[in-house]
Amino acid sequence: MSPRVVFPNKVLPYLLVAPQLAITLIFFYWPASQAVYQSTLREDPFGLNSKFVWFDNFKRVLSDPGYLNSLQVTAIFSVSTAFVSMAVALLLAVMADKVIKGRGLYRTLMIWPYAVAPAIAGMLWLFLFNPSIGSLAIGLRSLGISWDPLLNGTDAMILVVSAAAWKQISYNFLFFVAGLQAIPKALIEAAAIDGARETKRFWTIVFPLLAPTTFFLLVVNTVYALFDTFGIIHAVTGGGPGRSTETLVYKVYSDGALNQLMGVSAAQSVILMVIVIALTAVQFRYVERKVHYG
Amino acid sequence: MATVDLKDVRKVYAGGVEAVKGVSIDIPDKALCVLVGPSGCGKSTLLRMIAGLETISSGTVSIDGKVVNTVGPTERDIAMVFQNYALYPHMKVYDNMAYGLRNRGTPKDEIDRRVRDTAKTLELAHLLDRRPRELSGGQRQRVAMGRAIVRNPKVFLFDEPLSNLDAKLRGQMRVEIKNLQRSLGVTSVYVTHDQLEAMTLADVLVVMNGGLVEQAGAPLDIYEKPASTFVASFIGAPPMNLIALSGNALPEGTKLVAPVPPSAATLGFRPEDVELADAVHDAADGMDLEAQVEAVEPVGAESFLYSATGGGRIVVRVPGRAIAQPGDRLRVLVPVDKLHWFDQAGKRVS
Repeated sequence: MSPRVVFPNKVLPYLLVAPQLAITLIFFYWPASQAVYQSTLREDPFGLNSKFVWFDNFKRVLSDPGYLNSLQVTAIFSVSTAFVSMAVALLLAVMADKVIKGRGLYRTLMIWPYAVAPAIAGMLWLFLFNPSIGSLAIGLRSLGISWDPLLNGTDAMILVVSAAAWKQISYNFLFFVAGLQAIPKALIEAAAIDGARETKRFWTIVFPLLAPTTFFLLVVNTVYALFDTFGIIHAVTGGGPGRSTETLVYKVYSDGALNQLMGVSAAQSVILMVIVIALTAVQFRYVERKVHYG
Repeated sequence: MATVDLKDVRKVYAGGVEAVKGVSIDIPDKALCVLVGPSGCGKSTLLRMIAGLETISSGTVSIDGKVVNTVGPTERDIAMVFQNYALYPHMKVYDNMAYGLRNRGTPKDEIDRRVRDTAKTLELAHLLDRRPRELSGGQRQRVAMGRAIVRNPKVFLFDEPLSNLDAKLRGQMRVEIKNLQRSLGVTSVYVTHDQLEAMTLADVLVVMNGGLVEQAGAPLDIYEKPASTFVASFIGAPPMNLIALSGNALPEGTKLVAPVPPSAATLGFRPEDVELADAVHDAADGMDLEAQVEAVEPVGAESFLYSATGGGRIVVRVPGRAIAQPGDRLRVLVPVDKLHWFDQAGKRVS
């Protein structure tokens, strides 16, 4: 038990937590409750008056094939993004751990992509892989790979996943490097003496001991892929072609902001909220059990 | 079942620091060799070079007659007990011990048999399902030992394995390590800064200082005939009393009836090699020293008298309860055959 601080003044503690509470209430609970409230309303086409319709919006959303498609797209997109960004970051971090000369420079350069705004990152990738002008797209085509993210849904998905993952690699890299440094060198040496070669040492010692870091990044990356990738999708594909890259967040935007279906859109955000809460809870409850902290 | 031979081994780090400056040691089969010295003397570096965890700048390390300079730690067939034990925190005790065997493709039933046998020997059988963090320091130490033993390697390497234990446990484990090493008959190299551990464990004792071997040999030989003032003051607790001779003149209050070697610059005697007398002692050969007691340390079985003399402070060991009190004056007699002589450079003069 950590020692408890006792304030002689009854009001002071409340004043001290007030700013934090105010921010949370105004920027989180209030919009969230608004979304819940809106999800039970239906507006007329001109937005002049609205009608309380209970859970009708939810019924409509869940029976919409477009929405079910979006669920599937989101699942593929999130899992791929989280996996690719974490796998690449881990590989780079393991490599960076071995660099002796210019270690600081190498790490600094690795962190730069994190400073790039999502939409910019998306644009970069869009230009690079634009079928008609993109330099990398030309390279792909010269290798005999047909590449058209504007028409082919799979190509479009690969493009947004690449852009979203690329953006997150720096962040993951940073945590993996720190995690690797926290593993006592003697353990690696002991494993070497115990006859484990490098690959074996990685999978039996390093990787299990990185689990706390990996778990944390899994939560962060899932939330990132679900929410923070809107800018990338908006800039790169706009949800298309067709609806092949329309994630849940993007659908909330297109139904709400573009199509002005406020009630339906609000219902979707409530569902999204529930999904994220459930996912995080599951991750903490079940995955964390397999994690060994030190 | 292997010998370990070091020939003019050197270690120069990238920054140009020379940690080991040419060390040659031959460790016979089944022997326990202890490397002892103050921190920074290069003993750990030397051990890590034998393990293959540090590259060898020059010279050769041979295990079982084969030069292993370019052989990685994985292939050297050695086992090492680390100072912090380096147990794998995510594995149970059983898996910690089985890890090395699994990596070498030992059949499953044999792994099981060997792990359980070793666990029984080390009284770890009831802990096999625990994780390292659920164990006490002493238990962790045993697991680390078990992990080394179970593999039945050619050579055991110990890197200050007892320094994290409390004094009582350290004493117990010391005896246990000695017994285990003897019964298993595995050649071992043991690094410590504790001279008591070094004295009690070693078959071959190597005293190191500043990257060089000061003296190597049987522990008692070293104790009785330290090759230098460094060894004299490092081996033995309390250390040997050293009195500087200015020219050939003795400090005030000292009488000496003995042949003084011409190059002698320092005179030494062990704290226990003295007799106390009340009056000036003229009859026998030896040294007669006047001292004033400054502090008394009763340890029970013996007492240490820290005393001031004309030649500096000395420690005298007397059996049982000390009769002297701080402030008392003593006459300290040292027989002539118990005197050690060292030259200007600190080397022994016979």
